[in-house]
Amino acid sequence: MANLKNSKSQSMGLHKEVLTGRTQQVFFNPEEAENFFYYGAYDVDFNKRTEIDAKDLTAKKLNDKLHSLMKEGYGSVVVKNPQGKHSLGVGILNKLNLIFEGSLGYFGVGSIDGPVVRITGRVGWSCAENMMAGKVVIEKNAGSCFGAAIRGGDLICKGSVGARTGIDMKGGTIIVGGDAGAFTGFMMQRGRIIILGDAGINLGDSMYDGTIFIGGKIKSFGSDAIKSKITSDDISWLKRKLKVAEIGAGFDFSKMTKVVAGKKLWNYDALEPSEKKGAI
Amino acid sequence: MAKKKNKKIKKISKSKEKVSAREKMIGQHIGYRYDVNLLPDYKKVTPFLKKYIEQMGWDDLNWLEDVHMGYEEGRPAVFCRNANGWVTIPKKIKLPDSQQDRDMIARELLIKFQMSPNHPLVDLKKAYKKF
Repeated sequence: MANLKNSKSQSMGLHKEVLTGRTQQVFFNPEEAENFFYYGAYDVDFNKRTEIDAKDLTAKKLNDKLHSLMKEGYGSVVVKNPQGKHSLGVGILNKLNLIFEGSLGYFGVGSIDGPVVRITGRVGWSCAENMMAGKVVIEKNAGSCFGAAIRGGDLICKGSVGARTGIDMKGGTIIVGGDAGAFTGFMMQRGRIIILGDAGINLGDSMYDGTIFIGGKIKSFGSDAIKSKITSDDISWLKRKLKVAEIGAGFDFSKMTKVVAGKKLWNYDALEPSEKKGAI
Repeated sequence: MAKKKNKKIKKISKSKEKVSAREKMIGQHIGYRYDVNLLPDYKKVTPFLKKYIEQMGWDDLNWLEDVHMGYEEGRPAVFCRNANGWVTIPKKIKLPDSQQDRDMIARELLIKFQMSPNHPLVDLKKAYKKF
């Protein structure tokens, strides 16, 4: 085995501390058979397509219907007339090509792991909250807390988004074609946010790690968010990612600002005594 | 000279005490065990990963962009977010020196682990599955 200590990446974020406390070690068997889907996942075919009219369905009934269609092997589902209902398309842990013809309300497509979703209208608060994997494309604007606590996948809004986009995100990529509201990247822990337009006040406030790329103006930086130098690796990644997002063709990346964590908040020993004083 | 040396030793031991006390108090270390901001090198995507991306209908590595090879108790390991634990890479797998190549191996192994019928969550799913 190669020597880990001498050859691992030396970029920021890498540490040598030994984890103690809450940890578990699971040994892996590499002889597992080739399998790309979770245990119990539905075997769906992208070429098998159907439509549902959500006009007279409650959110629960529509979500149940989506599961029964996946069980029948449908890999492409078009939902007509979602009428801004809340919590549609949540908890899909399967590959699926899902299209909503219209707008969604609060908490649309939350906790998904795998599907490719396209929403032709707008979305309300907390779209794709806790998303694990997959791709979500919103053709118009999105409300507050867009991509709250996402852990993976690509979340794309071609229009503008509200406040606290990517709040507490722990992975994945959020891409916004327009502007973003206040506190974008608030308390983000890792992952990437790309905003092609302007960003509101307190950008990246209290961010622990991760990267934010801004194409337009930044109204103000939040606590511990600092500018960083954009690298050639960043630019090639941005070009590829925007192609995936179907936006930003011909965008001038030299004007982009890269924002990272200053990591002053990592110094808990220095911060907490003063916080304790304030609380007492 | 001797006085200066003593002062240095005192300073080092004091800072070490602070770190260990803090880690003891919160029960875990602060920070990550790999570079969380390292972007993947797409030239190094393995045939297995290409097949996985194609099967899922995605354009790129998607969630796997955030998967990296870390270490657990001095051994290479990959973190499984579903099981919330480190999956240790077996000793018989020889690892390349490049972190980018290692990350691709970590991604491949993690998929095999997560999709395995022996994954720790399979039993939980059988017991508590709602739909």
